[in-house]
Parts: sequence; C-alpha cells; structure tokens
Amino acid sequence: MAKGFVAINVERCKGCGFCVEFCPTRVLMLSSAFNTKGYHPPNVVAAEKCSGCDLCGMYCPDFAIFGARYAR
Amino acid sequence: MNEQTLEIPCTIPADAANPVEPFLRMDRMPHIWCPACGIGTTVNCFVRALIESHANLDKVAIVSGIGCTGRVAGYANLDSFHTTHGRAIPFATGLKLANPELQVVVYSGDGDLFAIGGNHFIHAARRNMDLKVICVNNLTYAMTGGQTAPTTPGKVISATSPYGVFEPAFNLVALAEAAGASYVARWTTFHVKQLSRSMEEVLHKKGFCFIEVISPCPTLYQRRNKMGDGLDTMKYYKQASKIRHGARTTECDMTKSGEIIVGKFVDRDRPGYFEMLHAQMTETLGDRYAEPEVMCEQC
Amino acid sequence: MHADPKGVLTGVHFLDGDHACCEGTLAAGARFAAGYPITPSTEVVERFASRIPTVGGVFIQMEDELAASITIQGAVWGGAKAFTVTSGPGFSLMMEHIGYAAMTETPCVFVNVQRGGPSTGLPTLPAQADMMQARWGSHGDYGIIALCPNSPQECFDLTITAFNLSEEFRVPVMLMLDECVGHMTEKVVIPDAAAIDVYPRRFTHLPPGEFRLFEPREDKVPDMVRAGDGYRFHVTGLTHDERGYPSMNVDTQNRSVTRLLEKLQPFTGERALSETANLEDAEVVVVSYGITSRVAQRAIDMARQQGVRAGKFRIISAWPFPERHIAALAPKVKAMVVPELNLGQMVREVERAAAGKCKVTLVPHAGGTVHNPEVILKAILEAVR
Repeated sequence: MAKGFVAINVERCKGCGFCVEFCPTRVLMLSSAFNTKGYHPPNVVAAEKCSGCDLCGMYCPDFAIFGARYAR
Repeated sequence: MNEQTLEIPCTIPADAANPVEPFLRMDRMPHIWCPACGIGTTVNCFVRALIESHANLDKVAIVSGIGCTGRVAGYANLDSFHTTHGRAIPFATGLKLANPELQVVVYSGDGDLFAIGGNHFIHAARRNMDLKVICVNNLTYAMTGGQTAPTTPGKVISATSPYGVFEPAFNLVALAEAAGASYVARWTTFHVKQLSRSMEEVLHKKGFCFIEVISPCPTLYQRRNKMGDGLDTMKYYKQASKIRHGARTTECDMTKSGEIIVGKFVDRDRPGYFEMLHAQMTETLGDRYAEPEVMCEQC
Repeated sequence: MHADPKGVLTGVHFLDGDHACCEGTLAAGARFAAGYPITPSTEVVERFASRIPTVGGVFIQMEDELAASITIQGAVWGGAKAFTVTSGPGFSLMMEHIGYAAMTETPCVFVNVQRGGPSTGLPTLPAQADMMQARWGSHGDYGIIALCPNSPQECFDLTITAFNLSEEFRVPVMLMLDECVGHMTEKVVIPDAAAIDVYPRRFTHLPPGEFRLFEPREDKVPDMVRAGDGYRFHVTGLTHDERGYPSMNVDTQNRSVTRLLEKLQPFTGERALSETANLEDAEVVVVSYGITSRVAQRAIDMARQQGVRAGKFRIISAWPFPERHIAALAPKVKAMVVPELNLGQMVREVERAAAGKCKVTLVPHAGGTVHNPEVILKAILEAVR
C-alpha cells in the first residue's frame, strides 16, 4: 500500500514535464495520449512508490497535479 | 514516453483537493502563462509559505506591476492590486502606511521592478519600508515578446538585441543589498522547498525583504537562444546552481550559461520605517505627537 | 457627516492659498499625503508635513511625482483619504496615474498650483496653463472633476468640496489653483468642525462574496471597500468587469469605460459649480475662472459703469464643463468674452457649448502675470459694438 497518492487534473496540464522529472521516486511518466488541448499529461506508472510528498504539486506551474499522504 | 491511457491508478480519497486552490481565484483558471513558465511554480511556493506561516489571509495584500509576473495579483485570492508598470512598490508603500496591519507583498518581474521601477525599488529599500518583494526574474520582458531587460545577460539574443546583448546586466541581489534591503535571497524555480522557506521567512521578518527567483521563459528567452525548453532549463538550474548562504552579493552575477549562486545572502535588522518615524516624532514633539490614524471612518 | 475637529483649525486666519488648501485637506479628513517638491505648490505639503504629526496621520515625500501620484492611491485602498500636490511638470508626470485613478475609480485629490509653461516654463509665476491637460492629460476615454478656486478662502472651501466630490463619485478630482491664488495672502475663515460637511467614503454594506467592487448603484457609481476587511477584491487598470476581473473585450470596454464618463454627466448641468451675476439682462457675459475672474470682475464693473450690460459667469467646476449652462445662455446674449491666463484653452469649450449662437472672444495671456483689466474691458466693449 502506497504512503501517498497523486491526483492529476488532466485538462489543466500543459505537459511541461516538471513533475515527471522531479518526482523523487519516479512515480510519473508523460503519457503518449493527449488531453483536449493537445498536451501529454503525466501518467502514474508506479503508484505504489508514491510517498505523497507533493513535490509534483509544488513544481506544477499549472496547478494540475498534487500529491498527498493517505490519512492513517 | 509511455503507451498508456490517461487512467490514473492511484486511489484518490473523495475529499482530496489541491491545497493551492483556496488561495487562487479558481474562477479565472486556466491562467495565461505559457507551458513550463516558472511563474506558476513560484505561486505554489508562495501559497505554501502562506500556509506554513499561518498568515491571516484577510490581512495579506498583494501588489503587482505589469508583465507576466504582474498577473499573479489577478490570480491570488487576496486583496490584490494590478497597478501600473514599475509602480507596484510606491502603491504598496501607500497601502502599508495607511494600514500597517496589512502584510503587503509585492510580486512582480525583473523589468517592472528594476527598469521602469528601479528608482522606486531603491528608495523603498533605503527607507526599509516593510514590504516583501518577490521578483520573478526571467531575464527578459516576456509579456511584450522577449525584449532586453536590465537583467538580460551579455551575448543573449532578444527581440530588441537581435545581434546579442552587450550592456552589462544588473546584479539584483547586490543592488538590493546596496540600497539597504534587510533580507536578500536568490533561488531558482528548481529550488521549490528553499524558495518556499525563504518566502515564509520574509513573511515573519520586518523590513524591506527581497527574494529573486530565476525562472524560465521557454517561449521567448530560452527559445530565441536555443537553450531548450522549460524542463531543460530546470535541469540547468539544478546542475548550475551553487547554494552559498552569506555569499558576497557583488560576486553573484548572472551569466548566459554559467554558475548560478543561490541562497540567503543578507538577513539583517535595520530600524523599520514606522519605528524611525515614531522615534523622530516623539523625540521632537513629545506629547504633542499624535499617533497616525490614517484610515477614514467607516460609514 | 461633520468634519473631525482634530483637523479643523477653527478661527480667522491670514493665509495664502497654498496654506489654506492644506487646512482644507485636514478639515476634509485627509490623513495621508505623498508629495514631491515643485514650485509654487510645495508649501501645501510643507504645511501638511508640519501639521499632520499633531493631527494624526502620515506625510511621505516620495522620490518623484510618479511615485507620489500612486502612493496616495495605495493609501486610499488601505482606507485613507489622500491627496498629492504638484505643478505643471509634475502634473505631466502624474498623468498615467490620474488615468489609473479614473479607471479604477479611486477617490483622491490632485492639487495643481499652475505655473507658466510649457516645460520648465515660469516656476514662480502664474498661468492657467494646464486646464485642458486636467481633462485630457492621460490616455484613453475617462472623466475627472476639476475645480478652480479664486481666493485663499476658496482654496480652503473648494478643497473640502474636492474631497467630497471624489468620494461621492469615486473619481480623482483636480484642484486647479494657480501661482497667484496659491501665493496670495488673504483672510480665511475656518468655521467650527460641526459646520463643515464631509462626505463619508461610501463603503459597502454588503458582505464579502456578495459585494462587487465595480457594480454601479443607480447613480452609476459603485461602492467602495478597503484592504484588510476580508473582501478579497481585485483592482486592475486593465479593462475590467463588475467583479474587477480583467475582461478585455468590446462589450466590457463599451459598458465600463462609457460609465466612467456617464457618472459625471450631472456636472454638465445641475451639479455644475459656478458663480453668476447680472445674467438676466446681460448683452455680454464674461466667462472666467481662477485668478482671472477677479481681474475680470474689475473689467465687468468698469463696463457696467460705461452702460454696457455685462454679466459674469465664473466657472468653479471647470470639468466636466458646464456646457448645458453655457448652451442655455448663448442664445440670450450677443457675446461671451473669455479671458484666461493661457493662449486659449477653456475658450474652446465655451465655443463648443455656445455652438455659434453668440460670438465668443478669447482674451489670451501667455502667462507670467495677470491680465490688465483694461484689456478685458476693451474686449467687452468691442464684443458689444
């Protein structure tokens, strides 16, 4: 069971790649699918590794992603 | 990239909400900033700082000038002012003097604060006016198409220096220190944790505080100079930044592709503007001095 | 609402216009001023700097007029009544921010003690050189109110009026003195605070969430708010909608910008401030303002003595121009004579409003001193020939 989760607002994403690059546990990768604006949003590829640290949320210039710890 | 669909395999609690949203005017989203622009990143850091500092949001006022960073005021869910080019600081001065209870944050760009606004910056620093100035420095005039700014490093191509900038660039942290700022720090948009902490520090500190944030402008600055995209720039910041707290600000110049010295350079205590005003007035007027009651009556 | 006694220097004084103006700001409830030295206006803020620490407020000398003109607006949004003071060259520097005040509907007062221009001109000598600039100096379509005192007493009284009107109409008001009125010393009677009417800021009674900062009332003026009360409002110079959010499209431009002018329409007629005499039987009317009106009075008296039915229309609110009054008067008279300390500014408005129904004669003066009344008399006599 992962310590945290990440929630992505697919339509707000502009595919900059910051979250993918700076996630410390490599939870994300850019999808090859598109959102309606034509950007590639991130995909969670390793959900179990997510610690909920929210670094992705801090980096995202579009407020399109955030992470949080599961409540105990 | 991955051949995956847009399904997200995390289990997301029903009450999960992006912590940044209550601080933004969500009815104005999406914002106007480009893909991989760093301004939104700095806003995340600012919001975290507001949360961590337990700021009373009703008492935080944000004042911006004109430019891409100048749009921050319009997106912040605070008493916010989008003023004229270069004049956020004097507006903020009036706001603070009228109601000293307000925490007044100036959030603007390098051209706005240091070209047209340069004079106001140095005087507010000289006065140690209790303002928190966050300068997102993308080394260009982004909103108008990427013209040369006083911060654009030498040899860089810009819309108004098509053959390369040759003027020496301002060193903002040195300027801020020399003008009298009580707190001077520089980070980049890569340094989200440190930036957030610096912002939190200044929210607790009295006096004129200045934080410079180096940020990508992938659409104009980086693209025109074939420096890659925003992510490439963030990786450059990570690789080229050297954290040197207390470094000599005069040795912290920005260059086209060299080292970026970051950290907290100045953190000093100078008498505040109100303190000095009060001291001088009571010394000369004694009992006759009437404490300022600047705000007019509520009707 | 009555004036706050703390700021009212009740009594009979011997003051010059600049000093009387300062007393007017204090009586009106101004507790914040930002300024920059410029002759012949500096005494207004010098006196304020001297008075305000015992009244209870703040004066700050800013680094230039660009700063002063917007620092006062920051103070207004922080909840203060605020003003700045300048003369021609500084007035020019303040123009962007006068436009900002008009666009954001920020109530504040700009005092201009006019001097000879253009450019550095005649720093210590009078002119009425900035009258058109007061109305049109900033870019775009917007309106302001401008008042012209002609004595130190009026410098006191009309300053209070200026603040009152700025609050009532949420508009920057220009108080157009000139060096002569500013540096002339006369008796100024300052009454008890209870006898001075001060228009309170129209703070909204609606709660946050319901209040919209640019939603007009029936009189086309929105209510006000101040920072720190939880309204989380937004002020921008961009074309904005009723919420204050940037809304850069044709509809909003048409609606919002037009309203900035419409809300001041009453000053073209019923709210116009003026002083008139002997208009009923007049064959020629002298239309003047400020110091020139005092010289014109002498000329009018001399004309009357010579049997000419000369009337007086003294403009006190110069902008919006009292066009409905002039338009109503023009068909009834043979001529209007317009003396002014410039080479022809307000005369254009008189001509426009008169619409050819009567002759309009300008008596210009490039500035530096006041007219010789004989020159105005000559124009009056020629106008009725």
